[in-house]
Amino acid sequence: MPKIKDIKKVLVIGSGPIVIGQAAEFDYAGTQACRSLKEEGVCVVLVNSNPATIMTDKDIADMVYIEPLNVDVVRQIIRKEKPDSILPTLGGQAALNIAMELEESGFLAEHHVRLIGTTSLTIKKAEDRLEFKTTMEKIGEPVAPSTVVERVEDAVAFAGEIGYPVVIRPAYTLGGSGGGIAHSREELEDICANGLRLSRVGQCLIERCIAGWKEIEYEVMRDANGTCITVCNMENLDPVGVHTGDSIVVAPSQTLSDKEYQMLRSSALNIITELNITGGCNVQFALHPETFEYCVIEVNPRVSRSSALASKATGYPIAKVAAKIALGYHLDEIKNAITGKTYASFEPALDYVVVKIPRLPFDKFISAKRTLTTQMKATGEVMSICTSFEGALMKAIRSLEQHVDSLIVDYYDGMSDEEIKEHLEVVDDRRIYAIAEAIRRGFSYEMIHEITKIDIWFIDKLAVLVETEQRIRKEPMNAELLAEAKRLEFPDRVIAGLCGKTEREIYLLRKEYGIQAAFKMVDTCAAEFAASTPYYYSCFGSRNEVEETSGRKKIMVLGSGPIRIGQGIEFDYCSVHSVWSLSEAGYETIIINNNPETVSTDFDIADKLYFEPLTPEDVRNIVELEKPDGAVVQFGGQTAIKLTQSLIDMGVQILGTSGENVDAAEDRELFDQILEDCCIPRPAGRTVFTAEEAVEAARELGYPVLVRPSYVLGGQGMRIAVSDEDVREFIGIINQIAQEHPILVDKYLMGKEMEVDAVCDGEEILIPGIMEHVERAGIHSGDSISVYPAAVSPKIRAVIEDYTRKLARSLHVIGLINIQFILYEDEVYVIEVNPRSSRTVPYISKVTGIPIVALASRVILGEKICDMGYAPGIQPDASHYAIKMPVFSFEKLRGAEISLGPEMKSTGECLGIADTFHEALYKAFLGAGVDLPKHRKMILTVKDSDKLEAVEIGRRFQALGYEIYATRNTARYLTEHGVEAIPVNKLEQESPNIMDLILEHEIDLVVDTPSQGSSKSKDGFLIRRVSIETGVNCLTSLDTASALLTSLENSGKDKLTMVDIARL
Amino acid sequence: MKAFLILEDGNVFTGTAIGARREVISEIVFNTSMTGYLEVLTDPSYAGQAVVMTYPLIGNYGVCYADMESADAWPDAYIVRELARLPQNFRSENTLEAFLKERDIPGIAGVDTRALTKILREKGTMNGMVTTNEAYELEEILPRLKEYRVTGVVDRVTCQEKKLCRPEDAKVTDESYKPQYLLHEMLPQAGRNQMAAGNKGGQERLTGCRVALMDFGAKANIADSLMRRGCEVTVYPAFTPAEEVLAGNPDGIMLSNGPGDPAECVSIIEELKKLFVSGVPMFGICLGHQLLALANGAETEKMKYGHRGANHPVKDLDTGKVYISTQNHGYMVVDGSIPEEIGKTSFINVNDGTVEGIRYAKRPVFTVQFHPEACAGPQDTSYLFEEFIGMMAKKKQTE
Repeated sequence: MPKIKDIKKVLVIGSGPIVIGQAAEFDYAGTQACRSLKEEGVCVVLVNSNPATIMTDKDIADMVYIEPLNVDVVRQIIRKEKPDSILPTLGGQAALNIAMELEESGFLAEHHVRLIGTTSLTIKKAEDRLEFKTTMEKIGEPVAPSTVVERVEDAVAFAGEIGYPVVIRPAYTLGGSGGGIAHSREELEDICANGLRLSRVGQCLIERCIAGWKEIEYEVMRDANGTCITVCNMENLDPVGVHTGDSIVVAPSQTLSDKEYQMLRSSALNIITELNITGGCNVQFALHPETFEYCVIEVNPRVSRSSALASKATGYPIAKVAAKIALGYHLDEIKNAITGKTYASFEPALDYVVVKIPRLPFDKFISAKRTLTTQMKATGEVMSICTSFEGALMKAIRSLEQHVDSLIVDYYDGMSDEEIKEHLEVVDDRRIYAIAEAIRRGFSYEMIHEITKIDIWFIDKLAVLVETEQRIRKEPMNAELLAEAKRLEFPDRVIAGLCGKTEREIYLLRKEYGIQAAFKMVDTCAAEFAASTPYYYSCFGSRNEVEETSGRKKIMVLGSGPIRIGQGIEFDYCSVHSVWSLSEAGYETIIINNNPETVSTDFDIADKLYFEPLTPEDVRNIVELEKPDGAVVQFGGQTAIKLTQSLIDMGVQILGTSGENVDAAEDRELFDQILEDCCIPRPAGRTVFTAEEAVEAARELGYPVLVRPSYVLGGQGMRIAVSDEDVREFIGIINQIAQEHPILVDKYLMGKEMEVDAVCDGEEILIPGIMEHVERAGIHSGDSISVYPAAVSPKIRAVIEDYTRKLARSLHVIGLINIQFILYEDEVYVIEVNPRSSRTVPYISKVTGIPIVALASRVILGEKICDMGYAPGIQPDASHYAIKMPVFSFEKLRGAEISLGPEMKSTGECLGIADTFHEALYKAFLGAGVDLPKHRKMILTVKDSDKLEAVEIGRRFQALGYEIYATRNTARYLTEHGVEAIPVNKLEQESPNIMDLILEHEIDLVVDTPSQGSSKSKDGFLIRRVSIETGVNCLTSLDTASALLTSLENSGKDKLTMVDIARL
Repeated sequence: MKAFLILEDGNVFTGTAIGARREVISEIVFNTSMTGYLEVLTDPSYAGQAVVMTYPLIGNYGVCYADMESADAWPDAYIVRELARLPQNFRSENTLEAFLKERDIPGIAGVDTRALTKILREKGTMNGMVTTNEAYELEEILPRLKEYRVTGVVDRVTCQEKKLCRPEDAKVTDESYKPQYLLHEMLPQAGRNQMAAGNKGGQERLTGCRVALMDFGAKANIADSLMRRGCEVTVYPAFTPAEEVLAGNPDGIMLSNGPGDPAECVSIIEELKKLFVSGVPMFGICLGHQLLALANGAETEKMKYGHRGANHPVKDLDTGKVYISTQNHGYMVVDGSIPEEIGKTSFINVNDGTVEGIRYAKRPVFTVQFHPEACAGPQDTSYLFEEFIGMMAKKKQTE
């Protein structure tokens, strides 16, 4: 059936800010779907609160609302835009929930809007635990037996029926806190009692434990005519028990025979048919490793992280096809965009192996528990493609950019076998390295399998890599061994290290033996049909199949790799826009990236896509083949910047700001010189290498000081030190990470922070606007609330423009530059300069309407700002306010310290945009999920130096009707200053203490400012964690609290206005 | 030991010898299935061909003998990129390497199977040689390769004597295995429930239908699919005269898959003409489909590189619904070559529009080019066995 005629205007709901578990994959899916809808002539209205995404660009949808994602807002947009349909399956759980609520309340029927792509009945059947169970039972599909209990006795009785071990999941505790696996009655009583206490609704789910079974997923598509296909299946290396988002995943499955493969495939088709899904769906199974018994774990009736992975793994564009199906098309009417000849109604055949490894944020959260459980913790992931599993795994490992490029890590040096065994028992992100070490020490496969439950097939594959390591160490290096090592994707550097040669020697040896990377195409059909889509991966021992595509000049754009805290989706936004502008200017574009969740790795963004690790060796393979005329590194974050020197060494011209000038901004001495030459003040600072030098520098500068490593992104390792002890501790932490670069110690100025992103053509600059941070300096700019336009005097404005121009010129910037300033005692200081794109680029582009990535790309190609229709300098302020609010994922990371500081911790952001500052601020808080008040009760505990300011904060909350609880000291101080505060016992004091208060679930808000430096109190840490884990908002800066107050004081006065940024 | 794959066009691939160390000349074909290598190896339709697996890791789950689709392995040679060294599956009884040796099948590993597949796709299926002789001489070999023709393969693969199989003889994959026949909306709910209940032996729902299965190289799951649905199956050698088959008074006749050029099977086609006019319901698969079409005046022709894999979309022209099917054929029935009044195309291949099924007019007879018995591959079209049983039951009722 062709397109349904009366679908003319579709509202697409996005997924909101990036948080752990709901990330860039929805930007990829949403962008693809919106383009697919527009291609069909449908008018697309988009709502998504996340300004960092490509989908919220005005060229992706017809109307773009970057507004808080909640039911009220979507209602207003529907009233305003009057769409005839809503497509809710592209924005993750957030979008589905909103659509469900609108449907169930009758609002959609009343406004003649229909849900397309799914029905509310389908959503209910898939999402509601009980309905899901009933539905599965009806069609004979097994699910793990489970029940909801409110009393420990009931849990014990149920466990008696189904047998131990059982899983306990408390209802409505974020981050899965309080849950666990009980192997005995005693354990169950213990865990369940605690879980019931933590649960806001006093309920726990008790479920048969299927941990240790194989975890297999199928991605399924179905159209309205009932045609079903599976796009691919995937097998988790980590058995059931680890969230699939945190598992190493391989596609297709490796250890299933056809009988098992087809049994689960048929089951998945059965389920999608019964749920009556039209579109995409993900079905997760647990398969008993020694029988054909299986359970359906979960069904997601929408596009998901797994479907993004499946799309990239196979080349099958799930979101695009799902959007077409929603419009009424049948699968056999939709062309396979890869082959251009066949149709979407087929199943991709892979002739390679795909491995995905999650990127976990434990480098950012040193205190967080590394254990992997059913609560996802990864912020991003990498994918790699190769013709062998070993090769794909090795490529994925080095794509992670975690200073590891093989299975060799020195972490286990000097440990006893017993300690290794203990490490094997720990399920965390280091497990494959522990297994490799165990294999090196001769542990038997059976023993490793017994402990880890990982299939022996995978263990043997790790053993192949370990054996090859040992061969390279011991045997003479010859053509055969080198070819084998390369087939398994050992990087030259690792081979060199193992056999005592240099990387260069190995490289030359390869040339001599003719061992070189070949590139193969991802074509959905295992070469059965000719494909025209230039989507490539490398492997060794094969024939190359890349063809010249055009006679045009070629530019290579380096992507930003996996999403991690500090280097997020913003850089993908920049890479994609740069590719688009370069294409528009007539160049052939080549993109290299390894992140399956992003838009940049969609096969129709650049002329050629290389899905490869971003290391010098991998990039060199591509450079030698493609011989690009130039490369652009300034859009791909630190990942791309780090490759600058290697590219220059390969003879590739760096387009835009030169490599030396990127270095100059990072090299403290060079940079100081430039600042001095330009007469620009900066906080006094020193460059040091050792802890003692650092202490000396700190004393000389006077505390507090900022300590940080150079060459990092997102303020990694950056701390504020107030004492010598702090300095020593921080240097120790910094040195845990291989540190080739010096450490910087700067005087810490507590002023107002401001930031600009500018385009420079070598002479003139263009600044779209100045952004101002709500939190005072000391909190990482990525974690601060950022306000555009900044409230600064014309004088300061002029100073900022002047400094920006001077710095851009001195650094010979061609392209983008980001500068952070501090306004301290009416003097402007420069604290950081990055001659490249930054996190704020998408935000400032959208709210000012000035497409700075496109402009920067054109400047890189030689155009001048004046010729592009802009007057140089700071552009006039917009008449609206736009506030960027950071969003955190602390509840997902047990044990992570949530207090804000110079090291970035947020995972995403949302936007509040409105004509007034107050409304914009209110929207920003709303978008971040801060929706107060419910009970009007709060806890206020502050460090001594904040007490005076806390009085004012307390007074304002009191005026809003809040009941304030505080620990004795703070309470006394507040009371003395005329703010009523109810004293509560500290943690170590007898009940009822502050913890009990939070667990009563009547507290709306905790404001807790931790003392700076390392002397952080354990109490404060615990209070903050418990608040987060029980879903209580927790603020750690009085500036943020004050902004929240401003928002609350002004909320509800007027109805929110909806702003279409496509029409600014 | 080094091994070489020499193609008719002079291309040579070097790899490592696997399986038996024999030199063979054969027709080289590729299969894109990602699982089911044992089913492929034991599918008699591959007799006379050397199979290239496009999926690079072969042998991962070892050899589960219960999954064999016939008593032996048939390809002349086996070509893979990587053969698993340590297979892993709870049912695995052997390594694939050992199995190839046991069945005397030579092979080659370490081949860039994608590059090879592209050659076969672009130039069409061609002959080739697998050898371990490092001193091979192309000038001597290439003419021999060009000359080579596959003939008389149905003779080689069909059974020698007729054999009776009762429902309870249906193969049990594993005690814990529950095949999924629940998928299709076509099945009434009652049928679904019965299906769910009755895997083992299927006694609860004996239909009592008696099927004559013409073995042109039948995959085991054709008979098993009928037996699991309560049918009694008599397997006949390919060259059994029609009179003898009809004398057994079957409720239905099943025409199996098989290897080779259908037009070569002249005498079988003659017997099929007689079976066709008997009025007994018939269901043909793959070669059976082609042979019945030829018996009804259609033409067949060799395809450039055929359809071999488990991901081929076929569209039911009545409902517009598309099913994913297993396929293994190098010949096809020419579209429009069968007179409309005799038979109509019922299924087409969505990728290339070729004929995938014929429904014959005025008779309870239908045939498909693809493999509803799957193994390896999707079980989506297994409902066709239900349809066949329905035809037989209806015929019985009216009698």
